[in-house]
Amino acid sequence: MKNKAGRELPNHIYGLKAYRPYEGLFVNPPEPVPMAGRTLRVGRPSSNKVLPSLIEAVEATGLRDGMTISFHHHFRNGDYVNKLVMTAIAAKGIKDITIATSSLNDCHDFLIDYIEDGTITALETSGLRGKLGAYLTKNPGKLKRPVIVRSHGGRARAIEAGEVKIDVAFMGVPTCDRFGNATGRLGKSACGSLGYAMLDSRFAEQVVLVTDNLIDGYVFPYSIPQTDVNYIVAVEAIGDPEGIASGILKITKNPIQLLLAEAAAKVIEHSGYFKNGYSIQMGGGGSALAVGRFIREKMLKQEIKGSFGVGGVTGLFAQMLEEGLFEICYDTQTFDTTAIQSLRENPRHVEISSSFYANPWSPGPIINDLDVVILGATEVDLDFNVNVITNSNGLLMGASGGHSDIAAASKLAIIVMPLIRGRLPMVRDRVQNIVTPGESIDVVVTDRGIAVNPRRQDLIDNLRKSGLKIMTIEELQEVAHKLVGKPQEIVLSEEDKDIVAIVEYRDGTLLDVIRKPL
Amino acid sequence: MNQDVKSRLRRTMMFVPGNSPKMINNADLYGADTIMFDVEDSISVSQKDAARLMVKYALKAIPFSCETAVRVNHVTQTPFGIDDLKAILPSKPDLIRLPKTESVDEVRLVTKMIKEVEQREGFPEGSINIICAIESVRGLYEVRAIAKEPRVIAIALGGEDFIADLRTQRTQRGIEFYHARSEILMAARDAGIQAMDTVYADVANLEGFRQEVTDIKDMGFDGKSVVHPTQIGIVHEIYTPTEKQIAHAVKVLACYKDAVENNKGVITVDGKMIDGPIVVRAERIVAQAKAAGILTEEGCKDEK
Repeated sequence: MKNKAGRELPNHIYGLKAYRPYEGLFVNPPEPVPMAGRTLRVGRPSSNKVLPSLIEAVEATGLRDGMTISFHHHFRNGDYVNKLVMTAIAAKGIKDITIATSSLNDCHDFLIDYIEDGTITALETSGLRGKLGAYLTKNPGKLKRPVIVRSHGGRARAIEAGEVKIDVAFMGVPTCDRFGNATGRLGKSACGSLGYAMLDSRFAEQVVLVTDNLIDGYVFPYSIPQTDVNYIVAVEAIGDPEGIASGILKITKNPIQLLLAEAAAKVIEHSGYFKNGYSIQMGGGGSALAVGRFIREKMLKQEIKGSFGVGGVTGLFAQMLEEGLFEICYDTQTFDTTAIQSLRENPRHVEISSSFYANPWSPGPIINDLDVVILGATEVDLDFNVNVITNSNGLLMGASGGHSDIAAASKLAIIVMPLIRGRLPMVRDRVQNIVTPGESIDVVVTDRGIAVNPRRQDLIDNLRKSGLKIMTIEELQEVAHKLVGKPQEIVLSEEDKDIVAIVEYRDGTLLDVIRKPL
Repeated sequence: MNQDVKSRLRRTMMFVPGNSPKMINNADLYGADTIMFDVEDSISVSQKDAARLMVKYALKAIPFSCETAVRVNHVTQTPFGIDDLKAILPSKPDLIRLPKTESVDEVRLVTKMIKEVEQREGFPEGSINIICAIESVRGLYEVRAIAKEPRVIAIALGGEDFIADLRTQRTQRGIEFYHARSEILMAARDAGIQAMDTVYADVANLEGFRQEVTDIKDMGFDGKSVVHPTQIGIVHEIYTPTEKQIAHAVKVLACYKDAVENNKGVITVDGKMIDGPIVVRAERIVAQAKAAGILTEEGCKDEK
């Protein structure tokens, strides 16, 4: 079958449900979908939720072969919880576990061992990197079905719609009390927002909190309420603070990234959306921060005040909030210690769940009111489709994140990327894998010119005054080919058993499959 | 030589090490008016041949969108300069920058080599021109003669070597350069060519850089050598005329054109008489405004 993004997809994918093909950006479910619920469990007066070890927590939940567990990725590359929990599960001899996590980082490479010994047989995630990404790309048959890659909004939708049924959520929390009220704002492993954990804790059959700061008093305000928590385990450390959050993130000094950032800021300035009350999502990468710096300067100079900012929040955005350049900041994921402090102290810095952020099947995810978003890409193609999940060798090395969610929902989705990386042009005839459909992308900003999606003639007209070099996407590709030539295509396996992963669109339809490179 | 070569906009000349493929590949992205590939001071002796070849092939293969220049090694005081020219001239850079120029003989030697290559390769005469850097007191004493050599289109101050020769050091106020800058500027103007100021090496001190650029612009320099892309925007901003200046310049040029086409005598704009120097200044302002992207051909027509 061929979907609306033009991808030829298999009718049947081993180990997975029959998928509806991607049909476009905003498609209603085929029939009314009730929100998922869970089994009621009664807590007795004065009962103790605190268990002495994770092994006892695993026993208490009744976790058994074939069940699904979940984690969140707020501890980024400093996460210890996943490993602590998997060690306990393996010690109990439990097999055939599905991990449905919000994302995975390099620090989760150890999962390879548990895949090898059959403890883990399925993975659902937003991102795959490092050795684990390479291992799964090269060994698709090691899991009983392909990895399911979901966006943050898509995962929230799948959980709330009951497509993902989490049996036990193991949620690392930087601080919690003995009743199970938890926050990420305090503690030696403070990570800020617990936006992903908020959702898992609400919908999982059972919730185990894992903390290295169990306090005798009361946690308030809390991100996870005690009414959602079954068990608590205190451990020595839930993560490496160095990997969880840095000091304030540094703005790039790389001249190419600065050039890109300046061009992106000019696109925003001249787009027609840059006016009082506009809203924006900026990422946490070095060049996204540089865009933020340029935007801040333009806002101050032109006396423009925005309404809200959303997404992964950095110290730079916290500063803009403090300066009154925005009214409110919605935070699903906090990137640095300055932003964590802001979340703790600034009442206009608000923690939200991933569903509030981007669930496409909710009446009002905040991104539905978003004007401008700045996104990255590993490659784009002539139809503006974007890949952020595989590298030039076809290996899984990235994350879907909120990419496709915000591209679809925002009024102006800007991709920022160098036209050439190493010796490879980044505008392809067809991207290896689509994570974000081209119909949701408005502008591609490169260091050698910008391309506006032809469906946005209004933007083309507005940007003519920006002084930026506006080209067609084909012209951009030609420039790259002139400089470095046209690269050979990677040869991918056509065999269905070699499907490594599938990319679900945010509404649960099938956008693309990721195949093993030969 | 085409007069346009002497008068083209050269607000910024950015130095790019000649042995860095990545930096060479991206050199024209930052908007410098001229990119200056260096095979001289930023290249160690062991890397000279690599840099020379890399620049030679880059000039042939990459369609750079701005003026290109190559700073070669000294042609008589080092064993590398002549080999640099032999390798690089056939790749047709727009300019050759001669370092530590001290006599017209050096310039004539290079001029002869350029002429031979132009003839041999079938390049139009005057395709490749020269910018001379004055980096010593001896060179400063010869600058007036050097500036008048036919292929020389600009004189640059090479500050670091110059202050070493003076036995002083760089100061924030730049008092050590005061005489050299004045002398170079006068020589350039007397010869009808351009004057470029020296680099500002402290790339982290953007405020100091801004002050220095403001000063050299006020002195009359046509532009500045830069060593980092972040410096380019500042120079161009300072060299960008104000809206009022642009509007006036466009009006002057329109009236001048009208007067020439209709054989009018005395021209006045806003009650003031317009003569040659005012027209030249207006042309310069319009060129700077266009380069800054704030004035288009259409804009000029609209004003008329």
